[in-house]
Amino acid sequence: MANPETAEHAAEVDHILPRSLYFGIFGLLMVFTVITVAAAYVDLGNLNIGVAIAIALVKATLVILFFMHVKYSSKLTWVVVGAGVFWLLILLSMLMLDYASRGWMMAPPIVRGA
Amino acid sequence: MPEAALTHADLHAHASPRQQHHFDTMAQQKEAATLGMWVFLVTEIMFFGGMFAAYMIYRMWYFPGFAAASEELDITLGGINTVVLIGSSLTVALAVHAAQEGKKNQTVALLIATGLLGLTFLVIKYFEYKVKIVGHHLPDGTTITLFPAAGFFDVSQSEHLAPIASQVRIFMVLYFALTGMHALHMIIGIGILGVILWMAIKGAFTKEWHVPVELFGLYWHFVDIVWIFLFPLLYLVHRHG
Repeated sequence: MANPETAEHAAEVDHILPRSLYFGIFGLLMVFTVITVAAAYVDLGNLNIGVAIAIALVKATLVILFFMHVKYSSKLTWVVVGAGVFWLLILLSMLMLDYASRGWMMAPPIVRGA
Repeated sequence: MPEAALTHADLHAHASPRQQHHFDTMAQQKEAATLGMWVFLVTEIMFFGGMFAAYMIYRMWYFPGFAAASEELDITLGGINTVVLIGSSLTVALAVHAAQEGKKNQTVALLIATGLLGLTFLVIKYFEYKVKIVGHHLPDGTTITLFPAAGFFDVSQSEHLAPIASQVRIFMVLYFALTGMHALHMIIGIGILGVILWMAIKGAFTKEWHVPVELFGLYWHFVDIVWIFLFPLLYLVHRHG
């Protein structure tokens, strides 16, 4: 059981990133926060929600890849994280498909005082 | 020597005392722990995903109400909280970094900073909630019922919201459900942080073993990501014109 490679492996346990990378990612996240607020005040029509979601996705990706170290994680971790995101997309997209295909895209009237 | 004859000491001969016997290496042990944490976080994605799905449908149906109600939220406080929470993600990432390098004092200081930023977020959230409660955007203290037309949202206070009061109510229910569950995750996170901090102060973490700090970091970053989506979806629905 005594593994002669243990010492070597111990050195590989952590993929230590430079501190400057964390500060850089934080800076990017702040920049995107400012952009998302600024973009909300500009009338882009139907694109407003698209821009907001796109920026949020970029920010979330930065956090997942660098703060959460997924970029440096095993393939198995990638698969689990990817499956989680994919399942969420199934939930949201199939729900929209259902509503669209049944003609439920318009709101039912709200009964006042009900 | 047959395996059965190995003593406990033999098993630890070339490994860290923190390495459990069913793992070949520390790296494998850490991999298993990280993977387990991610499986939990995937269930969390689905938990919040259900509420985001409800938000998606109701926003599509009742956009006028969502646009008007969103403008009632305090974008300054929401923005400050975004900076505070992303800042706490930075401090916890640096705490994990310090733990990886075996710097105990730095780890402790950064974990404390993370906790203080988390508490700052919750205090700001408290004042936001307070304004909403005082302004009758919430059921008043005596009748905790979410949907009755009277009492939940004081339509007389706001002429432009009166015609779409029912839609505004649905937005506010989603606002409190989403931010409430998010805040609950932060409260739980601060509780876990207390345990991790205690372990760090006691010197439980070394350069070669600090898995709890890393797993706590993953949880805290996840809560941050939820807010990254909540902020534009709740505060920035229709800020122009």
